Amino acid sequence: MDFLNAIIVLFNFTVIPALAYGSQLALGAIFVTLIYAVLRFANFATGDMMSFGTMFAVILTYYFQSLGFGLGVLPTALLTIPFAILMMILYMLIIDKFVFSYYRIKKSPPVQFAMVSVGVMFVTQALIRIIIGPSDRRFLDGEKFIIKATEFKEMTGLAEGITLKSTQAITIIVTLIVVSIMFWFLNRTKTGTSMRAYSDNEDLALLSGIDPKRVVLITWVIAGILATIGGVLYGLDKSYRPFVYFNNMLPIFAAAIVGGIGNPYGAFFGGYVIAFAEILLTYSYKKFVAYLLPSSLEPNSLIQLLSTDYKFVVSFSILVIVLLIRPSGIFKGKTI
Amino acid sequence: MRNYENVIYAYIIMLLLIICVGLFQSWSIALTILNYCLISAVMTIGANIQWGYAGLINFGIMGYTALGGLAVVLVSVDPVKKAWQVGGLNILGSIWIIVAIVFITRFILKRFEKSLIRNYSIAFLIIAGVILIRVTATPGIEAIESVDPAVSGFLGGMGLPVLMSWIIGAFLAGALAFIVGKIALGLRADYLAIATLLIAEIIVSIIKHEEWLARGVKNVIGLKRPAPYEVELQKTHWFRDFIEKIYSNKLELINTIAQKKIILNQLIIDASSIFVKLCFTSLFLSVVIILLIVTQKALYSPWGRKMRAIRDNEEAASAMGKNIVKEHLFIFILGSAIVGLAGAMMVTNDGLFTPGSYRPMRYTFVIWVMVIVGGTGNNFGAILGGFVVWFLWVEAAPISLFLIDLFTAHLPETNMIRSHLVESAPYFRFLLIGIGLLLIMRYRPQGIIPEKIIKQ
Repeated sequence: MDFLNAIIVLFNFTVIPALAYGSQLALGAIFVTLIYAVLRFANFATGDMMSFGTMFAVILTYYFQSLGFGLGVLPTALLTIPFAILMMILYMLIIDKFVFSYYRIKKSPPVQFAMVSVGVMFVTQALIRIIIGPSDRRFLDGEKFIIKATEFKEMTGLAEGITLKSTQAITIIVTLIVVSIMFWFLNRTKTGTSMRAYSDNEDLALLSGIDPKRVVLITWVIAGILATIGGVLYGLDKSYRPFVYFNNMLPIFAAAIVGGIGNPYGAFFGGYVIAFAEILLTYSYKKFVAYLLPSSLEPNSLIQLLSTDYKFVVSFSILVIVLLIRPSGIFKGKTI
Repeated sequence: MRNYENVIYAYIIMLLLIICVGLFQSWSIALTILNYCLISAVMTIGANIQWGYAGLINFGIMGYTALGGLAVVLVSVDPVKKAWQVGGLNILGSIWIIVAIVFITRFILKRFEKSLIRNYSIAFLIIAGVILIRVTATPGIEAIESVDPAVSGFLGGMGLPVLMSWIIGAFLAGALAFIVGKIALGLRADYLAIATLLIAEIIVSIIKHEEWLARGVKNVIGLKRPAPYEVELQKTHWFRDFIEKIYSNKLELINTIAQKKIILNQLIIDASSIFVKLCFTSLFLSVVIILLIVTQKALYSPWGRKMRAIRDNEEAASAMGKNIVKEHLFIFILGSAIVGLAGAMMVTNDGLFTPGSYRPMRYTFVIWVMVIVGGTGNNFGAILGGFVVWFLWVEAAPISLFLIDLFTAHLPETNMIRSHLVESAPYFRFLLIGIGLLLIMRYRPQGIIPEKIIKQ
């Protein structure tokens, strides 16, 4: 019985949060990796673009709530995602037209692209703060929990309970759906194949009659979908705050590089690697160990490898280690 | 001289702008802006050495700035004796463990062939080391942090003069750059950017959360100054006489003695703050001038030519027998050390160390915008960039408020859009900087004052 309790403690406090957080990172990381593979630059505006899409979802959620629309037990935000995606794609295409396309045609070096994306980051951040302000916003409505700890305890008779927030379940399910559709699209459809061809070898792809404008357009569309959904899911799970989104860019980059930049499977996997590492290394195992050991050996300290303040440090350290040992990432991405 | 005409014009315009601030807002604000401009100029010189001379992209400027700031605390604050007594041994012990781990790892890396067992043993060593450090350090850290938690709760510094810390800050930043350079310099440019960005984030988060070191987010206030304090200055005789002499014409117009005294006191208080700021300005200005002379000499020396050759064509330079890895590492350390110096200067100027305020937006990306806008590879350009961008960064809010008022003048005060815009005026600085960067990147990619290569 104690063993079961220990497993449930671990599951409740590490596995479920890590799966949810990993899904959010994975969506962002695929966004980074896709831009990197097709458009060939590290997009420093990643976090703010995700924030920009989420902003529309937040505003529309408030609007729908005032109109009385809703999905009952599900959060209203799910209803607003398609509209937010449209706005996001529109914004991305405008940015691409006025900023990035010039450098793409000139075939500028990636560093210049990176600097330009820093400029885009500034502008996006300013727009967000001007439109919605920098404050913390919660926009979750509907049912908060799927399984409550007390219910679980009553059901099973165990001492420990499992709590599953609806946002966590939604995050994991939506991520799986979106990512599987995207992989299907990239691997099975003609457009997806042409995108991969363009990413592999631009000149060869142009020779075989692939329209670069179309590829770029489709990339931004997919990027907009991923960015908005990733951002909204993160906002639902935690809360919406522009500054936090900017900071989230860093673990997202780490996930993309750890998985192997330019490789969507790697990015997907990398998101979970980073999330699990962050949570497992900063989790206090006191309760877990207490169940496994006899009561005479019960530990006094928290048995925590690193304090939770160092969550980000863990992911960045993993990145540094990966860069040192295997610079192309876990799944072979583009060589560095 | 014709070559320098543009440069001189640009600097004169910049100075006039600052004088305008002095005339229309106040001289105190103008001097604060000027001081920060000078500090930014030092940072941009550092970043420009890396980016302009060698083409290394370092997005970790925030980390070196923070480390320079930390040096001020570690050097100038008086040691907290009680904290050393209760926990000093544990901390020293942990430091020795870290040193031991590093040396053993190096030994293993050198001695054994590359293999899976080697990797695992290193991983095991590091994990065991982390646990050992936690076991040794935790009681010490707890003891230190419980010593007067409201005012100290940290180990304190060495109690040396604050100007020493500028040098030590530069050394610390250089040492960090050595480690980072060893790890990351082999990477491609945009990966280097990401890696340095994340490493800087690690540094800042360590400074933020290790409270025994520099009080973390609780901040250290009341740091020593290389300039006199306002309150003391107001009491000194020569300063009082000096101010009285300057304003004697104005004071003569006032009849009653009591009123004269009140006004004189007010003047002395104002003047003392300006005097202190002028002291800082002259210090900073001399640092900037010395750095400018040195870097300018270096740029046109054989060494500078070598760096440019490496930047423009690594393979060719390598074929000519230049050791690219070594040169890159050296210039990375040099640039970072200058940034560390700037960080120490900034904390000295503020008189307080606030680790929570180190954010990549302000300390990395804005500095980069300065370098790009000013002119990469040209020191005069980089310094001008520091001035212009900092000036815009500070004055963006008043300017945008003025513009908002101008464009929404026909709307009533209570209009939703107007009040919302007025509220968000501080955020227009991001917009201004972002659009400025994009425009410069597009229409004048070499910056305001482009690089000039003098053929000798």
